Amino acid sequence: MNAFELHQPKDLASAATLAGGGGDLRFLAGGQSILASMKLGLASPDAMIDLSLIPDMKAITVAGGVVKIGAMAKHADVAANADVKKAIPALADLAGGIGDRQVRNMGTIGGSLANSDPAACYPAAALGLGAMIHTNKRNIAADSFFLGLYETALDAGEIITAVSFPVPEKAAYVKFKNSASRFALVGVFVSKGAQGVRVAVTGAASCAFRATALETALANSWTAAACNAVKMSADNLNGDLHASAEYRAHLIPVIAGRAAAAAK
Amino acid sequence: MSVNITMKVNGKSVTAAVEASTTLVEFIREHLRLTGTHVGCNTSQCGACTVHVNGRAVKSCNMLVAQAQGADVMTIEGLAAANGDMHPMQAAFKEHHGLQCGFCTPGMVMSACELKGKVTNPSDQEIRACLDGNICRCTGYQNIVTSVKAGLAAMS
Repeated sequence: MNAFELHQPKDLASAATLAGGGGDLRFLAGGQSILASMKLGLASPDAMIDLSLIPDMKAITVAGGVVKIGAMAKHADVAANADVKKAIPALADLAGGIGDRQVRNMGTIGGSLANSDPAACYPAAALGLGAMIHTNKRNIAADSFFLGLYETALDAGEIITAVSFPVPEKAAYVKFKNSASRFALVGVFVSKGAQGVRVAVTGAASCAFRATALETALANSWTAAACNAVKMSADNLNGDLHASAEYRAHLIPVIAGRAAAAAK
Repeated sequence: MSVNITMKVNGKSVTAAVEASTTLVEFIREHLRLTGTHVGCNTSQCGACTVHVNGRAVKSCNMLVAQAQGADVMTIEGLAAANGDMHPMQAAFKEHHGLQCGFCTPGMVMSACELKGKVTNPSDQEIRACLDGNICRCTGYQNIVTSVKAGLAAMS
């Protein structure tokens, strides 16, 4: 990978100041996507700001019907956290199925959300649970966070500090894996709670999105059959050598149905 | 840009000044000359480069050495006892011939060791799931699973 300047600030304010420095700056969270991109020459930042030495960015708390996860919490820590497993088992399950064991030991929730990979798992949980994404400047609702392919509502230099997930009545995430990459060919997160029924899809379009037709179907009848009766359009869905847009359109209700059946 | 690195590798303190873009595996192999850790794909797919950082299995090709600043790093060379006796997991891989060409083996062994305390009496299927970050392109998984099962039993 190309040479770059590395900063390792010890507090959030210093990180924000460094981020205002101009040039092609990238934050380094766990690095599980950005470093591979840099080796391939897909990213070539002038400088990186490593966030791992900033304290208080890894805490996981469950209180008042909200699971709050620090942006630098690793997937393995979320997956193994007893409080998360109890409050939102679907979220712990999702974290435990990201990438592979070693990736889960490094990758972070903040990094995953900020990257907005079209096939990443966490965006489905954020949308599917109606999460709030906290940054060093403001709070952004998940519904207005994911804007497109690797594109989010974050401003340049804005840093995710934590994510709050409301505890639902029931939820589940089911991922139909690309067996080579283990990313979601189609992944669907379903939940029912204070925000009503939410169905979020990843892997199928330029970024994670809510499938409102499936939400209506599940609100009427929380069954796999209700999902299977929904026909998704293939317009604007991804097609590649692994699966056509039509195949993904067919998979979404099927996987949503499996998630509805598994929800707890 | 050069960064100053301080860490422990296999129990020994190490300090060095390296380019910021140096990956942990480059540092381990090319600066420390510990070549037991292998580079298979260098794209974070195969797991041959797996080492432990603060007790956790990670792919050393997919992290900067600067991300291991101050950490306790363990490579395959650090597993055996000072007198040369093999670690129980290494002994299990030898006993059950959990390898064919051997290229993936250091990563497999490091991943397998991390499972201690995390799984109890795992089934073959659970062991396969736990090794999801390691690929053996000889496809010799049968004996690897047998070895991991025996190694974990010997470690407990």
